[in-house]
Amino acid sequence: MIIKNSLDNLSRWRWDDTFEELERMRQEIERLYQYPAMKLFKGPSSGVFPAITITEEKDIYYLRAELPGIKADDLGLSIANNTVTIEGERKSDPENENTKYHRRERDAGKFSRKITLPVQIDESKADAKCSNGILTIVLPKAESAKPKKIAITAV
Amino acid sequence: MAETSKSLQAKEKRGPLSVAEQIDQGPTFTPDVDIFETDGNIVVVADMPGVKPENIDIDLRENTLTLSGKVSSPEGPDEVDILREYETGAYFRQFTLSEMIDQPHIDAKMTDGVLRLTLPKVKPVAPRKVKVKSK
Repeated sequence: MIIKNSLDNLSRWRWDDTFEELERMRQEIERLYQYPAMKLFKGPSSGVFPAITITEEKDIYYLRAELPGIKADDLGLSIANNTVTIEGERKSDPENENTKYHRRERDAGKFSRKITLPVQIDESKADAKCSNGILTIVLPKAESAKPKKIAITAV
Repeated sequence: MAETSKSLQAKEKRGPLSVAEQIDQGPTFTPDVDIFETDGNIVVVADMPGVKPENIDIDLRENTLTLSGKVSSPEGPDEVDILREYETGAYFRQFTLSEMIDQPHIDAKMTDGVLRLTLPKVKPVAPRKVKVKSK
C-alpha cells in the first residue's frame, strides 16, 4: 500500500515537473519574440516585388512601396474599383566589356503587383508621388464606402 | 549579350552584419550594393530608398569605406498600419578597399534612392630611376 502510494506520487511529481520546464521554455521564447530585433525576421511577405506598406488615416489609404532606382516614367499605376496595380521595370546599369563585377546584389527585371484594398477607392481623387525611391500613393475612400451615421429613434 | 527581362523577386531587407554600434533607435539595414570596376574607377551603387541626399554620410579612411544613411519615417502621426511588409530604418554598410583611391576626386550622386559612388583609382607611381651625379 505504501509502495503503491509512493509510486503514484512519484509519477505525478515527474509529470508536473516536465510541464513546468516546458512552461518555462515557452515563457522564455515568448519573451524573445517581444524583443524588437526579432521583428525583423517575422514580417509578412507575399513574396512579390515590391514590398508595400498600407496605412490608413481617417478616410484615406496610403500605400507606400520602396522602389529604388525606378523613375516615375518607368512605373505604371492603375486603379480599378478597390484594386491597385503597380507595374514597371527596373533596368540595370549598362555594362561594357571592361566592367568587372566584384559584387552584384541589386536585381533588375520586370515587376507587377495587384493589391486589393478593403473598400472602394475614389479614383478621381487618387494621387501618386515618387521621391527618393519611395512611391507614395494616396487613395481616398469612395463616398459610398465611408461609414454613415444612422440616427436611432427612441420609441 | 542580350538578356530577356525576368520578373523581379521580392527580397527581405537584410539586417546589419554586426549587431554592435547602433547608436540611433530603430532598425538598421544593410543596403544592397553593386560593386564593379571599370578601367580607371571603382563604382559602388547602393540602394537606399527613402534617404535624402543630405542625409547620406560617406566616409573613407584607411581603406575603409563607410556608407550610412538616415531615414525619417514617411508616415504621418495619425496613420494606422494595415499591412506592413517592410520596415523603415537607417542604412549602414562598410567595405574595405584594396586599391588606392584618388580621394579628392571621389564623385557621389544620389538619384531616386540610389547612391552612385565613383572612386577613381590612383595610378601606381611609375618607378623612376634616379641618376647619381658625381662631383
